[in-house]
Amino acid sequence: MLGRLSWSSIPFDEPIALVAGGGAVLGGLAVLALVTVMGWWPYLWREWLTSVDHKRIGVMYTFLAMIMLLRGFADAIMMRSQQAIAVNGAEGFLPPDHYDQIFSAHGTIMIFFVAMPFVVGLMNFVIPLQLGVRDVAFPVLNSVSFWLTASGALLVNASLVIGNFSRTGWLAYPPLSELAFSPDVGVDYWLWSLQISGLGTLLAGINMVTTILKLRAPGMIYFRMPVFCWTALASNMLIIAAFPILTATMAMLLLDRYLGMHFFTNEAGGSAMMYVNLIWAWGHPEVYILILPAFGVFSEVIATFSGKALFGYRSMVLATLGICVLSFMVWLHHFFTMGASADVNAFFGVMSMVIAVPTGVKVFNWLFTLFHGRVRFTSPVLWSLGFMVTFVIGGMTGVLMAVPPVDFMLHNSVFLIAHFHNVIIGGVLFGMFAGYTYWFPKAFGFILDERLGKAAFWCWLIGFYLAFMPLYVLGLMGMTRRLQHVADPSWQPLLLVAELGALFVALGILCQIAQLYVSIRTRDQRRDLTGDPWDGRTLEWATASPPPSYNFAVMPDVEDVDAFWEIKKRQELDAVEPSYEDIEMPRNTPTGIIIAFCAVVTGFAAIWHIWWAVILGAIASAVVMMVFGWSEEREFEIPAAEVGRIERARPALGRAA
Amino acid sequence: MQQRHDAGSLVAKSLARNPLSAGRHRKALRTILVCLAAAGLTSCQQAGMLAPKGPIAAQELLLLINTTEIMLTVVVPVILLTLGFAWWYRSSNPRANHSPEWAYQGGVEFVVWSIPALIVILVGGVAWIGAHQLDPKAPIASTAKPLQVDVVALDWKWLFIYPDQRVATLNQLVVPAGTPVNFRLTSATVMNSFFIPQLGSQIYTMGGMTTHLNLMADAPGEFPGISAQFSGDGFADMRFTVKAVPSGDFDKWVTTARGAGSALDDAGYGALTKPSHAVPPATYRSVDPKLFDRIVEQTAAMPADVRAAGAWCPPAPQTGG
Amino acid sequence: MTVTSLADIAPHHLAPGRGGGGPAPTRIVVAYGFWIFLLSDIILFSGLFAAYAVLANSTARGPTGQQLFDLNTVFIETMALLVSSYTAGLAMLSAEWQHRSRFFVFAALTFVLGAAFVGIEISEFAGMVSEGAGPSRSAFLSAFFTLVGTHGAHVTTGLLWLLYMVAQVAVKGLRPAILQRLLCFSLFWHALDIVWVGVFTLVYLFGVR
Repeated sequence: MLGRLSWSSIPFDEPIALVAGGGAVLGGLAVLALVTVMGWWPYLWREWLTSVDHKRIGVMYTFLAMIMLLRGFADAIMMRSQQAIAVNGAEGFLPPDHYDQIFSAHGTIMIFFVAMPFVVGLMNFVIPLQLGVRDVAFPVLNSVSFWLTASGALLVNASLVIGNFSRTGWLAYPPLSELAFSPDVGVDYWLWSLQISGLGTLLAGINMVTTILKLRAPGMIYFRMPVFCWTALASNMLIIAAFPILTATMAMLLLDRYLGMHFFTNEAGGSAMMYVNLIWAWGHPEVYILILPAFGVFSEVIATFSGKALFGYRSMVLATLGICVLSFMVWLHHFFTMGASADVNAFFGVMSMVIAVPTGVKVFNWLFTLFHGRVRFTSPVLWSLGFMVTFVIGGMTGVLMAVPPVDFMLHNSVFLIAHFHNVIIGGVLFGMFAGYTYWFPKAFGFILDERLGKAAFWCWLIGFYLAFMPLYVLGLMGMTRRLQHVADPSWQPLLLVAELGALFVALGILCQIAQLYVSIRTRDQRRDLTGDPWDGRTLEWATASPPPSYNFAVMPDVEDVDAFWEIKKRQELDAVEPSYEDIEMPRNTPTGIIIAFCAVVTGFAAIWHIWWAVILGAIASAVVMMVFGWSEEREFEIPAAEVGRIERARPALGRAA
Repeated sequence: MQQRHDAGSLVAKSLARNPLSAGRHRKALRTILVCLAAAGLTSCQQAGMLAPKGPIAAQELLLLINTTEIMLTVVVPVILLTLGFAWWYRSSNPRANHSPEWAYQGGVEFVVWSIPALIVILVGGVAWIGAHQLDPKAPIASTAKPLQVDVVALDWKWLFIYPDQRVATLNQLVVPAGTPVNFRLTSATVMNSFFIPQLGSQIYTMGGMTTHLNLMADAPGEFPGISAQFSGDGFADMRFTVKAVPSGDFDKWVTTARGAGSALDDAGYGALTKPSHAVPPATYRSVDPKLFDRIVEQTAAMPADVRAAGAWCPPAPQTGG
Repeated sequence: MTVTSLADIAPHHLAPGRGGGGPAPTRIVVAYGFWIFLLSDIILFSGLFAAYAVLANSTARGPTGQQLFDLNTVFIETMALLVSSYTAGLAMLSAEWQHRSRFFVFAALTFVLGAAFVGIEISEFAGMVSEGAGPSRSAFLSAFFTLVGTHGAHVTTGLLWLLYMVAQVAVKGLRPAILQRLLCFSLFWHALDIVWVGVFTLVYLFGVR
């Protein structure tokens, strides 16, 4: 009746998991109770949960990412602590089967439920505003995408409380992830949560590409788009091209596990090597999906805070598209040691270096944007400078490992760990933090506390270097990754330094939480009244902070790149009040959240082999889609008078004297 | 631009100050860096890749150093320029030039594309040549006749079969120094990676498949070996010791091995396939020289739930019947 | 100059949705987005094609394509699908020209032919499974069943969608919004045809050699 679910699925005999899971459940219940008691449900339902507004959805994505960062970081600090303690015979506090789940969850959560939602959230919020339009191409689909991602996150966290998570690393290589070697629910949790959220991501990619290519303000030809939109375009094209491969590959593993097929098994002709190829054919574009929007953020931030146009706009566009294409031609560098011929290894090694060329071009262009600029050291700029220094080191170690014989020594060592954390933290995460701080006033109408923001930056920077530079050294000394305990006592000092680094990062996260809290409490003193707190260059700064639901009362006419800067230069802001027209806006709908509910039920039931619930959940999803697909009344009108009222209530840009 | 009477102007005022002038912060940073360097230097033992004991490892270390040096010629200036430009062109510096409209210059663009391209061409050439010279399948040039060793990765131990000598060892690899060793490798279970950091390249071991590797120890010594591809709960204990001995001693060792330990027959091998970890080294006095091929064939044909029926139990029974 | 209405964009001389002409109209946006979705679906299929190509010879001493595939049956189901594409096209044209009854006729024909395709495929699968040549017999068979089966699942979904669209037309008529949805359906149906040509060639024609 309940498949393989039973009371013993709750980890009563594992204190750490029980406390963590129990804490999460209690915390969640407390939040729900608070919301109920304060009567916030109608507001939340109306304004957020059923919203199809890209701005709201972007905020929800970012919020999800930050919550999951806490979970992923908790995993990280447990791993660091275990490795610092469990040296030369000491057992540590995490038995192997628990430690294995933690590192698998850490990677899975950080990539799929922190980095991806953060990136997608920022793009969601910013792109329509920068393009000068009202919303994305498919607002309801946007909501569905977010809720599917949240469903995946929920399922991953459910594994903490009911059952266990995968013990096969964040990419679940077979045959370890096949039924023969992982018979329990862990890998199934991994598979279903990623299939569901992967679908959401793919739909978001389709949405964004259509928006960028087909919905732009009048006059905004391609070479007048902000660079962030170009990087978002490249990133989303990669999503469309790469995520179906992930879907297909995970489907094949699911078929192996559920229907006894032999795609990747040792026996009956299966090929684990094929899995490795397929998963990295997705996996490499995935990291470019993450980094390209971060590059876009840095382009925006550095240009704005240097008071100067981005140097080499066309070059940046060319480099971005070059990276986009090349990212599909390097995947084998993730498994040079799998035994390919020298020609094959050499080819992919060289291609992996070629992709460093456009990346290097971008770094130089940022340098020359700073050159002869007037640089204001806000925290977004600190994040950007920290990125430029840190990322080139990470890029260097990447090119180093792209030399196949060097990789033969460093593959799967903690040197590799240090490299990818170097580029993901130094690149993606710093970019997301910079973008978060930069666009926060636009989203919420007040600026974040700068002092705590800078404190957070320094803690993260110091923490990162302390945590990962020792890992470079340890990798050279022969330490491999994913070790639950360490044999060589001479490694312990470096592991302790790494642990110290993790503590600094924890401090940085605390600073960020404090920053949010303090900023909200003192928000009236830090209001952004003009909509343009940073003297920005692109169109999102032409709107109020926060923008009205329709973004622009009248779509702006774009004549240049850095459209808003040019409008300001020509002092066109105080011109004649435009005549307003009725604005059609998409209605809110619960379609997204209901589909998410069905997805969670279906996924959970599939994991636990509760077949009748799987069928019901699938049918329910289909019914929801059919109900939504029948309707045509999906829009409502904001009358011109109302638009005028909202616009007139806004303090005028640039008129504050 | 006009001043703004809101938070924007408060921020602007605080930004006009030099942010790095907090001397306290700088001093703290410096102290931490010194401590880190000290910790790093005191514990940075010569080990692993940094202490090569064979020609493959030595060449690979050289490649690493050379490639790093080539790239540092760009990376270090870029880092210095980043900090330098940001510092000099800070908005509070009245002496810095400001060119708000300067967003393109052909000459600069040319250089900007050329520098990474040239570095990549250079390093790419190094990579191409190196990948061919250090191909794991390539035999090591030597006057000595290579030793053949078959390697089988099991749950969570390493089995070494010497087909010509007809002995086998567990978690211990004895080889003659100065003699190339030609490995054939496979896994009886999941993917692993055979790795002796001080001797050279690693190579994956996969079920039902055979990979190849060539290594050599220059001189006698003892080196650690590991698995470098996560393979389950006992992964961290999947360590073995490599003993390179003078060639005369190697023959003596073979003779000793033939006189001690049990024979690795099919029953013995069957016992090995049961999951276990932290297994002490052992030798087997005799082994079927075709055992490796039979293992490869059997792994590709064996029933799926062999391991699940083994001694290892999942923590809490969730596969409820 | 500020923009008071879209008329002020006249200097751009470009159609909406192209370059500087402003946002494209909804029907273009919807069709464009759906096209991109179809492209992503084709990439999904390409992953399955790649797996099939790799595993085509991994028969684990079990049945091979040559032993299993009956090209006559495959020919019949291929013709059914191809003709159904033709009738789907006729249905679309009827809808564009507002001929409701003709639309229903061609939609029904499309459904019957598509259902015939699915029926033949299911019976082919059932036959293979009963012979012991099911998807768990070997990697080749896993890849075969998954690739062909995924295509069949798409066709089945298309049939359900077709029923749903017929219901919408019956109740609401051939309004522009309904026509837009029919356009998406027909794109989907034709794309499945293209994928089938690939399956037919790579799996069946190559498989019996």
